[in-house]
Amino acid sequence: MAVTEEIRPNADALLHAAPPRRPANLGQILRWTLLFLGGIAMVMPIAYMISTSLKWPHEVYNLQLIPDEPHLENYTYVLEDGRFYGWFINSIVIAVVTTVSNVLFDSLVGYTLCKFRFPGRYIVFIAILSTLMIPTEMLVIPWYLMSQQLGWLDTYWGIMFPGLMTAFGTFLMKQFFETVPDDFIEAARIDGLNELQIWWTVAMPLVKPALAALAIFVFLGNWTAFIWPLIVTNSVEMYTLPVGLSSFGDEADVAWELIMTGAAISTIPTLVVFLIFQRYIIQGVVMAGLKG
Amino acid sequence: MADLSIRDLVKRYDKTQVLHGISLDVEDGEFVVFVGPSGCGKSTTLRMIAGLEEITSGEVSIAGRLVNNLEPKERDIAMVFQNYAIYPHMTVRKNIGFGLRTAKMPRADKERRIDEVAVILGMTDLLDRKPSQLSGGQRQRVAIGRAMVRDPAVFLFDEPLSNLDAQLRTQMRLEIKKLHQRVGNTIIFVTHDQVEAMTMADRIVIMKDGHIQQVGTPSEVYHSPANTFVARFIGAPSMNMLPGVVEDGGKIWLDSGTEVTLNTAAKPGQAVVLGVRPEDLYPGDGPALVRGPVLVREPLGAETLIYVGREGDEVIAKADGRTPPEVGEEVTLTAALENLHVFDAETGEALR
Ligand SMILES: Nc1ncnc2c1ncn2[C@@H]1O[C@H](COP(=O)(O)OP(=O)(O)OP(=O)(O)O)[C@@H](O)[C@H]1O
Ligand SMILES: [Mg+2]
Repeated sequence: MAVTEEIRPNADALLHAAPPRRPANLGQILRWTLLFLGGIAMVMPIAYMISTSLKWPHEVYNLQLIPDEPHLENYTYVLEDGRFYGWFINSIVIAVVTTVSNVLFDSLVGYTLCKFRFPGRYIVFIAILSTLMIPTEMLVIPWYLMSQQLGWLDTYWGIMFPGLMTAFGTFLMKQFFETVPDDFIEAARIDGLNELQIWWTVAMPLVKPALAALAIFVFLGNWTAFIWPLIVTNSVEMYTLPVGLSSFGDEADVAWELIMTGAAISTIPTLVVFLIFQRYIIQGVVMAGLKG
Repeated sequence: MADLSIRDLVKRYDKTQVLHGISLDVEDGEFVVFVGPSGCGKSTTLRMIAGLEEITSGEVSIAGRLVNNLEPKERDIAMVFQNYAIYPHMTVRKNIGFGLRTAKMPRADKERRIDEVAVILGMTDLLDRKPSQLSGGQRQRVAIGRAMVRDPAVFLFDEPLSNLDAQLRTQMRLEIKKLHQRVGNTIIFVTHDQVEAMTMADRIVIMKDGHIQQVGTPSEVYHSPANTFVARFIGAPSMNMLPGVVEDGGKIWLDSGTEVTLNTAAKPGQAVVLGVRPEDLYPGDGPALVRGPVLVREPLGAETLIYVGREGDEVIAKADGRTPPEVGEEVTLTAALENLHVFDAETGEALR
């Protein structure tokens, strides 16, 4: 009896014992430092954006993070400025339409390239991929001349057309459709669905995570696009948000506090989009983890 | 009228020919199993029947109708795939109902049909689950349900049990067989497992390298194999093959030095192979087919398998379960003459 008493651990002592301390090794310290620096680098611009939006014009170049007299006048100003809403709507329309278009058409082409054997399939794929190597800056002038001829300058269509489909999205979707087993498609074929129905009811739901990722990329890309919308639009009413914001202020001075206020407001839709779609990405990861 | 008829079916991929003229007639309601080693063209044949693979040449008719140029959905077939091919994003009910998606019938009828199938498969309680919440066997049942719901003229199964563990495989084997007795549709079932073929089939089609080797009932292919390939493929352990030469008067002189007198069509001087199944070969008196020491014993309970002869050239025989010969003991193996098979040593064809 006595022996067992001695061996039984003292629960109280265990509860209050300090967790075992492992000496932090060098690698760990380095890792944490890097992560910390990375975190700072990510957060600083956002912090400055918000901080600047709370400053008066004379404080803008005073780089302190906490404004001396924080205020919301800038927000009232921007939100009361009629132009801001117009730009906001323009940006929303353009980003939503291009996102929907990419999700549909990139995946249609990706699916076709992935699941159908036809002559020239490889050449088509390479041709699409090769367009990835041409930078936007090189394309802007041909796009502009084309838009001019076709009367697309200063229209939604003109702003959107270069981005309605992307080579990257097509490539991404093709790669993801590779993960859909052919049996799924053949089974549906035997069950009498036509190819478009198979794509929509069988293949698309199985690549939802990829579609969500694509949607986020495309939405963000178009929401923040600057050069092409700047070039193709002439009238203030057709500006997108980034183009419009950059026009705040006059020739003499850039109104940074207003630009930052507009930028802060314009991050809201991107947050919403991200929150909606990231759920699917996480779901997708969970689903992929289950066997079968 | 044969329910399914295949005439001179050929499949060629670019230069390589994988099917060399397959012909077969399947009766209405028959359970036919295609069996053969990996790569012999079983799946290709099945997929050509289904319409998933283009037919290079030859004809496929279902219920008297040439289907070569029909889409899969117009052929009145249903197929069950090896990895089930049930959709992870749909419930069991949706999955089973998927086969009816394009069928023109009132919604209520579809629902009733799904419920009927669920009852037959014992899945009524699982209808609202997603495939990820099912076991492997249940998933396979969903796949079968999806095929059943359309009540096709022909069911096509491509190795549907090979993803299941041994016990479940045996159980599903029985279930599919019962199902066949109950619904009575024609079934073409592909497997590379000869036990599955033997236990389930009305008729077995044994294939090798894109050729049919033999078509027959399980008993026929077991007791009268058409050639050495079939003889060795069907039955486990494989049939023993003893080389020899035919002499005058139907005598066969075995390489082991024994003479056997058999009624065979072989001509004198012809090199032959004498086949004898392990279960027909046993230690005892009678014509001594093999003499040698016991190398290994494998007790199976009721009987013991013994490996006899020289290392690398041994034969397998069946000995008594209670008093098998010791390892190292010299034994003489014999068999009843009617259990011996004779094959041409060159072509492998059966000679009697
Ligand atoms: N797309 C293709 N191109 C070229 N050869 C092919 C193609 N598909 C199949 N084959 C060849 O056709 C032959 C038959 O294939 P099949 O899939 O019918 O074999 P199987 O009998 O079903 O084998 P397993 O038991 O492994 O499933 C194989 O040798 C295979 O390499
Ligand atoms: Mg196969």
